This record gives sequence, C-alpha cells and structure tokens, in this order.
Amino acid sequence: MQEIFNIFIKSIFIDNMVFAYFLGMCSYLAVSKTVKTSVGLGLAVVFVLGITVPVDYILNEYVLKEGALSWLDASFADVDLSFLSFILFIAIIASMVQLVEMIVEKFTPALYASLGIFLPLIAVNCAILGGSLFMQERDYQSLAQATSFGLGSGVGWFLAIVGIAAIREKIRYSNVPPALRGLGITFIITGLMGIAFMSFLGIKL
Amino acid sequence: MSEDIKEKEPLFSAKNIKLIKNPINLSNPITVQVLGICSALAVTAKLMPAIVMSISVIVVMAASNVAISFLRNGIPPRIRIIVQLVVIATMVILVDQILKAFLYDVSKQLSVFVGLIITNCIIMGRLEAFAMSNKPWPSFLDGIGNGLGYGLILVIIAFLRELLGSGTIFDFHVIPQSFYDFGYQNNGLMILPPMALITVGVIIWVQRYYTRDLIEKN
Repeated sequence: MQEIFNIFIKSIFIDNMVFAYFLGMCSYLAVSKTVKTSVGLGLAVVFVLGITVPVDYILNEYVLKEGALSWLDASFADVDLSFLSFILFIAIIASMVQLVEMIVEKFTPALYASLGIFLPLIAVNCAILGGSLFMQERDYQSLAQATSFGLGSGVGWFLAIVGIAAIREKIRYSNVPPALRGLGITFIITGLMGIAFMSFLGIKL
Repeated sequence: MSEDIKEKEPLFSAKNIKLIKNPINLSNPITVQVLGICSALAVTAKLMPAIVMSISVIVVMAASNVAISFLRNGIPPRIRIIVQLVVIATMVILVDQILKAFLYDVSKQLSVFVGLIITNCIIMGRLEAFAMSNKPWPSFLDGIGNGLGYGLILVIIAFLRELLGSGTIFDFHVIPQSFYDFGYQNNGLMILPPMALITVGVIIWVQRYYTRDLIEKN
C-alpha cells in the first residue's frame, strides 16, 4: 500500500511528465493561454492516463511481454511480442480516447461540453503514449502500481499546465522584450518552473 | 516521383527547393510551428543521441509523408487519424528495430523517445497539412525539409548543452585541461532537463531578433 502511494507522489513531483521528461509539450504550449481551458485539458489528461496505463499494463502483462502468452499454452512460453508494443499501445490509446469520449458524452454532457475538442486531441498527446511506454520500461509489479503511476503522471501534468497558464495570464501585463514575447518567454518560464520542481528530487521515497 | 510530375516541372524547381528551405528558418517546426517539442528536448543532453534522433525523425517523416501521399485518395476522412497513426507506427517500429540492431547503446539512451516519434506532432502535423493534399515527390521533400529544420535545432541545443555541460563534443574533451587549471568548471546545470527549455527559449529569442516578421503580438 505504501509502495503505491510512493509511486503516486513520485510521478507527480519527481518524475513530472512536463518538467522531467518534456512530454505533452505541444498541447502544453498551445492550450496554456487561459487557466479555464487548461484546467479542462488537464482533467481530460488525468482521466485518459488513469484509464490507458492500466489497460496497457494488462495488455503488456498478458500479451506482449516475453513469455506473457504462456497462460494460453505452454508452447508459447518463449514468444516475445514486445516489438509490437508501439502499434498496439497507440491503437489502445486511440480507441480508449474514442470510447471515453462517447461515454462522457452520453452520461455527463456537462463535462463533455467543458472538455470540448480536447478529448480527441489527447490521442496524439505524447504524455499519454509516454505514460504507457514508461510503465513498460519501469516494469511495475502490479495493476495497482501501474494505475497509481498513470493517475500520478496525469495529476503532475495537470499541475504543470495550470501553473503555466496562471503565469501566462499575469505576464501579459509585463514588458517582455519583443523577440521573446509569446513562445520564447513561455519556454524560459517552463525551464524555471522545472528548476523549481527539481528541488523535489531530494525527497527519498 | 510519378512520371507526370517530371513532365510538368523539373524535379528541383524553385517551388520544390522552397519546401526544403522554408522549414529550416522561416517555418521551422520547433521554433515557429511549435511542433515536436516533446522529443526534441529530452534527447539533447549529448550530441550523439540528438543526431541519431534527428536522422530517425527525418527517415520516419519522409517515409510516412510519401506513404500517406500515395494513399491520400483512398483514405476515408473520418478514420484518417487512425490510418496515419498506423503508418507512422509501422515506420517507427522499423527504425526502432534497426537502432536496436546496429546502435544498441544509443537506442538505450533514447529509451522511450524513439517510440514517442509516433506521437511527435511534427509528423502528424505535416501529414495532415501537407501529405494529405499533395503529390508524393513534394511530400517527400516537405518531410526531408521539416526533418532538417527539426534536426538543426536539436543539434544546436545538444551542441551547446554538451559543450557547456560536460566540456565534450561527441564525448571527446574539447576544453583544454589548462582551462580547468585556471578554475574553469563545467556547468552541471546545462545537463539537467530544465536548461533544455531555457536554451530553446534563447534560440527563439535570437532567431526572432534577426527575423522580425516572426515576432508575436502580445
């Protein structure tokens, strides 16, 4: 239980998707102009990561890993399908996003309206595929660990985008050198936020 | 590279040359179109992985641009994203397997980032914006051009970070020992992830200072 909580905290602060691995930067930069939209996108990412990472974990554990197919028949014990993981993960993600979109539209139209076009965009957000690939690389031991990693990464991404959106809203009133306006200053602020987040590295979990 | 294009215009007409030249500065995928940042930053602590990554992206981009361009009239618009993802994923698997076979160490350093070429927004973006509505040869050039523009930025960042951060280029020490004797020290901060972002910020600053058209209105 403690291990699961540790993974959660670690993936939020120490291995933050944006600041430590630069994942999901494209939508992070494009959608962080106002706090309101970035909260919407952030929630959608938490949601989708929380679903796709466990699903991909099951897929990896029972289909892709070396010897994973042995539950089917003993003769499959040395089959290694891990080279297929990119294509299967991305297929799972694309279909999950579609599924989530339909479910949300059906049952909670209000949430659907607020997430708007962000849901379909998430299929090509590198943070989502990155979550699944890191899960595979780090070899988590149980479904619960993988789930807490997925949720934690999502929350970390959410924090990052809401933070930068808040700063960008304020920085509109300051006098930035013309050539740095917009994109340039956003990069530099993200870098500074990253340095701030590095102070969490000292936490031993 | 179909026959009818050759008849209409030379293979390297002014228009086609532009397809390669524009993305290097005026419509650079990273600093102007803001695509493909994710993978760009993570692999630039050293020069070698950055170059391998750029070459992989150029190959994947050119190949999938051509493939989609050939298929463009047969893809139903509603499922085009999935089709594009499958094409890209196939190319990326090929590149990944080749890297694992011939450049195992670099492939270990790149870790998940080779896989993340799939969701690299440059590739999806160029497929959507260019290959879906253009013939294979221009699409091929567009892929190469954008790949080069991406690679250029990657190499600049990696060069600065490796030189200032570890005092090496391609793992060879270029900063002479006498500098260290005088008290010069490697800037360890440059190797850490956040400095990649700040380096990009500075590159954007320099580029926009010289190319005034690109300055954004606040």
